[in-house]
Amino acid sequence: MKNIWAIARRQYENYFVSPIAYAVLTIFLLVMGYFFYNILRLIVENSMMEAMQSQQFGGLPPGVDVPSQVARNFFGILSTILLFMLPMITMGLFAEEKKQGTLELLMTSPLTSVQIVLGKFLAALAFFVSMLLPTLLYFEIMQVYSQPHFPWGPVFNSFFGILLLGGALLALGSFISSLTENQIIASVSTFGVFLILWVLDISSRSGESKLGEVLGYLSVLNHFEDFSKGIFDTTHLIFYLSFMAFSLLLTLRSLESLRWRQ
Amino acid sequence: MIEVSHISKRYGVKEAVHDICFDVKDGEILGFLGPNAAGKTTTMRILTGYIPPTSGTARIDGLDILEQSLEARRRIGYLPENPPLYGEMTVEGYLHFVGRIKGIPVGDRAAKVEDVMKRCRLVNNSSEEEDYSRRLIKHLSKGYRQRVGLAQALIHDPKVLILDEPTVGLDPKQIIEVRDLIKSLAGTHTVVLSTHILPEVSMTCQRVVIIDRGKIVVEDTPENLTQQLRGGDRLIIEMSGALEPITAGIRSLPGVHAVSSKPLSSPQGYELTVEVGEDRSARNAVARVIMDLGGQLWSLRPASMSLEEIFLELTTSEEAVEGQAAGGQEKP
Repeated sequence: MKNIWAIARRQYENYFVSPIAYAVLTIFLLVMGYFFYNILRLIVENSMMEAMQSQQFGGLPPGVDVPSQVARNFFGILSTILLFMLPMITMGLFAEEKKQGTLELLMTSPLTSVQIVLGKFLAALAFFVSMLLPTLLYFEIMQVYSQPHFPWGPVFNSFFGILLLGGALLALGSFISSLTENQIIASVSTFGVFLILWVLDISSRSGESKLGEVLGYLSVLNHFEDFSKGIFDTTHLIFYLSFMAFSLLLTLRSLESLRWRQ
Repeated sequence: MIEVSHISKRYGVKEAVHDICFDVKDGEILGFLGPNAAGKTTTMRILTGYIPPTSGTARIDGLDILEQSLEARRRIGYLPENPPLYGEMTVEGYLHFVGRIKGIPVGDRAAKVEDVMKRCRLVNNSSEEEDYSRRLIKHLSKGYRQRVGLAQALIHDPKVLILDEPTVGLDPKQIIEVRDLIKSLAGTHTVVLSTHILPEVSMTCQRVVIIDRGKIVVEDTPENLTQQLRGGDRLIIEMSGALEPITAGIRSLPGVHAVSSKPLSSPQGYELTVEVGEDRSARNAVARVIMDLGGQLWSLRPASMSLEEIFLELTTSEEAVEGQAAGGQEKP
């Protein structure tokens, strides 16, 4: 446990000594802030328009749940943005160590490969959480202005879903990073793989076949939708956890195979 | 302390190391000598548990490197060819991290980091200037990086130190410092160091293993090696006089194995190379022959075969003669 912590801590600190972390954080928060603002504005405008229309025709104003609609749209976009941002978090995990030759230090120290893989993964996850936390503020601001206050439950449910989705993608990204010693190659191929996982989701929607159904099930984004609707389904929880475990297992195998290949 | 038995390592079809056996005693400094690509790094990587051997096994302090890998690794300090450094960390931060993953308890860590930085001259109490503890590793020169690498290997006070070419890329002053540091480890630590610089071996090591194309060619002390291969002394004589009778006279002396001659640039001068046995009295007899036959003896000196020559003799084979495998040259 101490060893995992040592690896994770160094990796996490390493994020903040390179400009990449600040670039990722800044751009992510800028983009998400922009989307949040626009989603909120659009939905509020729409609901006002509808209210005005119904007043004109003398009916009852339709009940529009602005906060939950904002949350749904926001998390939908957030989950897509992650496909672009997460490769930058994972690209260096192993590729950089290989390039610097520091993997030799880790692998000749009294550490097990499991500890190295878990430490790295936890650091990436921790950085991802630090990236997400400020977006909670957006909801806090919305809460201040909403009357009556909206419940936090569905919002946290969505955050939990995002965490699972992010964890699964980070685990896959760390596997890809362990295959190369070039960070650029790691990030581009991770992005490519994420993109395919995303497209799987789109192609499964159009097709009616059994294959489409299977592909749809494998799409990582599909499983997130329920979370953003405020539904907590253990199917999705198990999907993400097993996706994560499987990817980490691949990373472990890839790391151990280095010993045999070198 | 280290027992290596029948280790082989194959990369695909190429065999990097073939059936290597050697022992290193407690507190001994062993030099691992060989031309580039002889299998030095591979052997060291196997010993440190970085890569597994294809066959054979090794024990560190009685622990099998494959079966009890973690315990064995705890006892090893390893400096790879390229020091494994995180450029973005400070020297102190890096050493703390290494201390953590080597399993030094929290209470001792700060003291150990402090101590190892002093030993590797990364801090100097007397002057602020020479305090490197807060510098970023990426801003350090090659020599200082090598010191940080050495500090990293020493920090947990391992019983066994494995150093892969520890003096490569250092300036002469730094080389001397590093050699002194290594010598000061003898007795308390068991050291295996690899090099392709020959004088380094005779200066620092108590025993030498010469390896070439994956096989151990010879294993002995540097002194014995010189002695044994030389098979006696060689005398270089500068003289003038009647060459024919003098060489014949020398050749007939007891204890003289061979005589060869070549003219010197000065008129009537010759340089004779005389191979004699270990008996020192032969020198006297040779000198007398020259003077008795009316020659003038200008100089007579014993020429011992240098480690370089031995090394070349051992590692240069027919196909390598074209200067390819000649030892002592820098890596390209």
